[in-house]
Parts: sequence; C-alpha cells; structure tokens
Amino acid sequence: MTDDSPHPYERFLRKDRIPHIWCEGCGNGIILNCFARALDELNIDLDKVVVVSGIGCIGRVSGYTNTDSFHTTHGRPIAFATGVKLANSDLKVVVISGDGDLFAIGGNHFIHAARRNLDIQVICANNFIYGMTGGQMGPTTPLDTWTSTTPYGNIEQSFNLVQLAAACGAVYVARWTTLHTRWLTESIKKALQKEGFSFVEVISECPEIYGRHNKMETAIKMMKWFKEASQVEHFSDPSKADITSNRIVVGEFVDVEKPSYGRLLKEKLARIGQKSNT
Amino acid sequence: MTTATATSVEKTKVVRSGQRFMSGDIACAEGALAIGCRFFAGYPITPATEIAEHMARRLPEIGGVYIQMEDEIASIAAVIGASYAGVKAMTATSGPGFSLMMENIGLAVMTETPCVIVNVMRGGPSTGQPTMPGQQDVMQARWGSHGDYEIIALAPSSVQEMFDLTLEAFNFAETYRVPVFVLADEIVGHMWERVNIPEPESIKIVSRKKPEVPPSNKFAPFQPDEDLVPPMAVFGEGYHFHATGLTHDERGYPQTDSAKAQTELVHRLCDKIRKNKAKITRVQRAMLEDADVAVVAYGIAARAALSAVRKAREKGTKAGLLRLATIWPFPDEHVAQVARQVKAIVVPEMNCGQIVREVERVARETPVVFLPKLGEEPHKPSEILEALEGSLK
Repeated sequence: MTDDSPHPYERFLRKDRIPHIWCEGCGNGIILNCFARALDELNIDLDKVVVVSGIGCIGRVSGYTNTDSFHTTHGRPIAFATGVKLANSDLKVVVISGDGDLFAIGGNHFIHAARRNLDIQVICANNFIYGMTGGQMGPTTPLDTWTSTTPYGNIEQSFNLVQLAAACGAVYVARWTTLHTRWLTESIKKALQKEGFSFVEVISECPEIYGRHNKMETAIKMMKWFKEASQVEHFSDPSKADITSNRIVVGEFVDVEKPSYGRLLKEKLARIGQKSNT
Repeated sequence: MTTATATSVEKTKVVRSGQRFMSGDIACAEGALAIGCRFFAGYPITPATEIAEHMARRLPEIGGVYIQMEDEIASIAAVIGASYAGVKAMTATSGPGFSLMMENIGLAVMTETPCVIVNVMRGGPSTGQPTMPGQQDVMQARWGSHGDYEIIALAPSSVQEMFDLTLEAFNFAETYRVPVFVLADEIVGHMWERVNIPEPESIKIVSRKKPEVPPSNKFAPFQPDEDLVPPMAVFGEGYHFHATGLTHDERGYPQTDSAKAQTELVHRLCDKIRKNKAKITRVQRAMLEDADVAVVAYGIAARAALSAVRKAREKGTKAGLLRLATIWPFPDEHVAQVARQVKAIVVPEMNCGQIVREVERVARETPVVFLPKLGEEPHKPSEILEALEGSLK
C-alpha cells in the first residue's frame, strides 16, 4: 500500500534537498518535524524566519528548512544570528545546532547572548557526542561513558545545559527528549513567542555513533532509555536537572519576563533620536 | 520596523561636511557613516578602540546599531549576519583580533558577504607592542584565512585617507560582494590631521546588486552575472535562500564531493577580484617620470619616503615614489613599470620583510633594497634618503 499524499509539513522543507544526510534512527528529523509543527501551529510567516546553524550533524538542518537560512562556521551561529537580529528586528531568528557547536567551540557566544537577553531562540540537539566527525567526546558527554576519544571511559564532568542557560539569564529554558514530541513542540512554540533569549534542549538519540559506543546501538534502545529515565519535573531546581543512566530530568525550568536587548535598544534609539532631532 | 536601516535622519547629520580636525580612527568611523555603514560590532583593542568608541556614540544618533561583542570572532560573525540582513556593516581591530577573525573572514569570502574590516596594525607577534605602530599583518591580510582566495586591502597614509579609503573599502565590498580590509597602522590611526569631508551629494555610494527576479523556488542566490558577482538577496525578502561556508553550487547547496563545483566556485571567487584589479588599484606616483631610483612604500612608511624623495631631488638624485594605497591585489603592473625604468628600488616597511617579497617578485633583475623598521619610530626620511643614494653607487 502506498500513500502519495504530501507530508503535512512539506512546505517547511526544501524538497530538492531530500533525502537528508542523517543516519537511520537519528533524532534530528524528529527535532526538525517538531520545529516545523511549531511554526505551522503558530502560523508564522516563513518569509520572516531565518534558521541559522553551525557545524555538525544538526548543522545541516538550515539547508533543509524552506526559509532563509545560513550555515555558519563551527560554533558561530549565535554570533552570526546576533548581527542578523540587530540589523533587522522584524526577523524571527532561530539557531538550531548541536551540543559541541553551541557549548564547546561556541560556548562563549551562548553565554553572552543569554546574558544580553538577545531576542533569538536557540534549539540544541544534544546527542552527547561529536557525530559528524565520528564519535568524539564533547562537553555534554556523561561521566563514565565511551566515545572514540574516551576509550577508557569519560572522566570529564559534563555541562548541565539547563542550569547553564538559566544561570546566564535565559528567559525561557526547557529540556525534552526526542520521545516527548508534543511537549517539545509546545516548548518550541513558547520559545518562539518569548521576548528575549529562549533555550530548548533536546536530548536526541544517536544510535549509530553514541549508542554504538554505549550499548544502545538502535534507536529503540536509546528511546527506551529516554522513556525509562525521563522524569518530568517542571520548574524544579535547574542545578538538579541531571542526566544519568537512570534519570533524565525534563520539563520547563525557566519562564520569566525580562526586557529584551531588542526592546531596550529600541527604547534607547527612540530617546536618542528625539534628543538629536531637537 | 527594522532597527539598523531606519534612517530618516538628515544627510547633514550623517556626513559632517567641511574641514575638520580629527584622528585617523575617528576619520575612519566618519567615513564609514558617510558611505552608509549602519552596523558596527567590535571588541576593544589598542590602537583601534577609538573607532568603536566613535561608532558607539554616532551610530545611535542616526538609527544605526553598535554592539560590543564578546570577542573578535563574534564581532566578525555578527558583521556577516548584519550584512546578510541587508545592512552595511563593519568591524575594527588590531593584530590579535585580526588573528581571531581569520576563520570568519574565510566565511565572508565563501558566502560573498560585503563587509569592511579595519586593522589598525600594531607591533606583533602575539600581544607585541599594543601602542606602537607596525605593518606586520600585511601577509596575514593576504593569506591569513585557510584556502585559496583573493582579497582587497587598502593602506591609508594619512587621516584624510582613513576617511577616503574607508569609503572606497565599502564601495569595493558592495561591488564585488567581498570582505575588504583597511590596513592602517597605529600612527595613522592615532595621528590628528586636517580632513576635508565632502558634501553628502558628492559622495559616490555603491550598493550591492539586488536580484531582478521575484522570489521563487527557482531563485539561485549564487548564480553570477557576467561580472562574476551574483546579485544579493537578503534575509526577509521572501527568497528563502540558503548560504553555507561549504563549497556550494549556484543554488547555495553544499557540493562537498564535486571537483567541478570546487573548481568553478573557487576560481570565480578569485577571478572576480583578479579580473577587476585595474579598477581596484589605487596608487600615487610622485616624481617618477625621469626617476633613476624609486621608493615603493605604503601606509605610514610612505610619508617619510616622500620626504626622502624630495630631499634626494634637492641633492641632485633623480628619485621617485610609488605609493601603494591598494596593497592587495598587489599592483604588479605599476611596480613592474617602475622596475623597468629605475636602477634600484627601495622598500621601507615596518616589519621584517613582507611587501618587499612582492616587489622582488615583480622587479625581477632590478635590485631591491629593503629597509626594515620595528618599534616605536617610523622610518626617518634621512634613512630612506641614505638608501636611495646608496643604491645608485
């Protein structure tokens, strides 16, 4: 039996770029789907959306979204997005990138964009590993797990991205896994409507690389981990939002109002303009 | 409302026409504003900080945006973003920051992003001598980012030229869709001189070509015209285009294993500058008509050179000066022409030998005398004079 009806989110994709390069079982497609669903449900004008990504597996997402899109150098999507948003505040600028791109090489840009409360949305696909280069340890690789560069087990502490984002001043912070598609979509919708810097972390399965090194070599096995370990603890202490073999704390952690950089800039420019015209 | 393009400000407020007294750094900032720059992202660094400070004060007055980023990597990335959002954008730095920017200067080359990067050169390597002049980043400007590319770099010798060449830099950037360098030095940046700022009507402003076709899924954002430069769509216009630092085809789509795509793209990126070299070249010829010996110089070193040439003439030596305002692409033809005419060429530079290599390459049989200079003081006219006279013996 075949179904020739178009995919419900086809208009969000560059069809001539499909098939994508992601591995079988990769969570990136789920994240892209939830993002498309969020744009659809909010009825956002796609002409005004700019998707910015960095380097890595999820970095290719900007090439698949049917919006204006830019694939930056490694670690720099947030810095690039800063220029875009400040040059044209009408644009909805969304950064979608990976844990290595955003929090290792690009960590400095993340913390400062969050501190400024810049009006952008950041969605991080956290798969605990450098997938594109074949499975090296990264800043979110959990303690005592295996990668190609931690062949004896990882002895580095990992970032708690929820806590990091909250500490840096993000006005909206949520974490879900690729299993929590409805919640994830709702969180992306909230993030897209938020004034200021919002952050959604998506724990994403990478059976081919991370899973294979850690006895979860199929998407089903990784999803089982997400299902069994996930605990929804809305607005719990971000510092206790653990990710361990038997506990993945998910939910919304921060949802506060704070004047954004864009608002303060606009107000300031209006006052300066008045002053210099009198 | 767009932020950085909202300029209902009168032209007189933007362009401070008339005779002014200012530093090179301030003249550079004023030049950028006069030519339409409305976005500046930077990071404090001696001796370029005054450009940022001046932009921080002036841009908000005319509806532009200044932002101090977390580092120079972020600064150039934000500049590229602003340019893709349709706003003329720049940053200013010195050696250490220039090093950090190299990665995304390559991105600007690859994604054909019009933007201007000012490097007020100081003494290096590393932290070096922050408050002292240097011309040590000339080869870094040419080759600093990885991969093959051509680049435009302009070297001002005066405060007036800090203004004038910043205008040129923006116009070249917009014409060819490239990052353009203004390679100044600490003396030119910090020196105060008289500057004639023209009336706004007499400033020739070039803006990037826009696509002539309406948005559609057939639009190819990197399809060049005959001049090898693709018209530039910007974000928010409905084109839904993709740009990437990966090797790409005319649609902007990655072509990571096609030799054809790599060959076509990289050659085109080089050719759009190589084939327009004559239009990009700015040189000043002084007393060269009957010269037996010549100085080839740029930036601050060219000022002492002019003085030395005059003194040599007074003493009976037929000396001349070829001053390079465009140093990249290197003005081969101009240097070769001088080399064919004179018996020797003197090259004073505030480094251990950079542009002199290019001069030697072009001069062939003509002897080239190199005068290095490092540290606080620029070349003295007497030092260059001595070399001019000595080279004929």
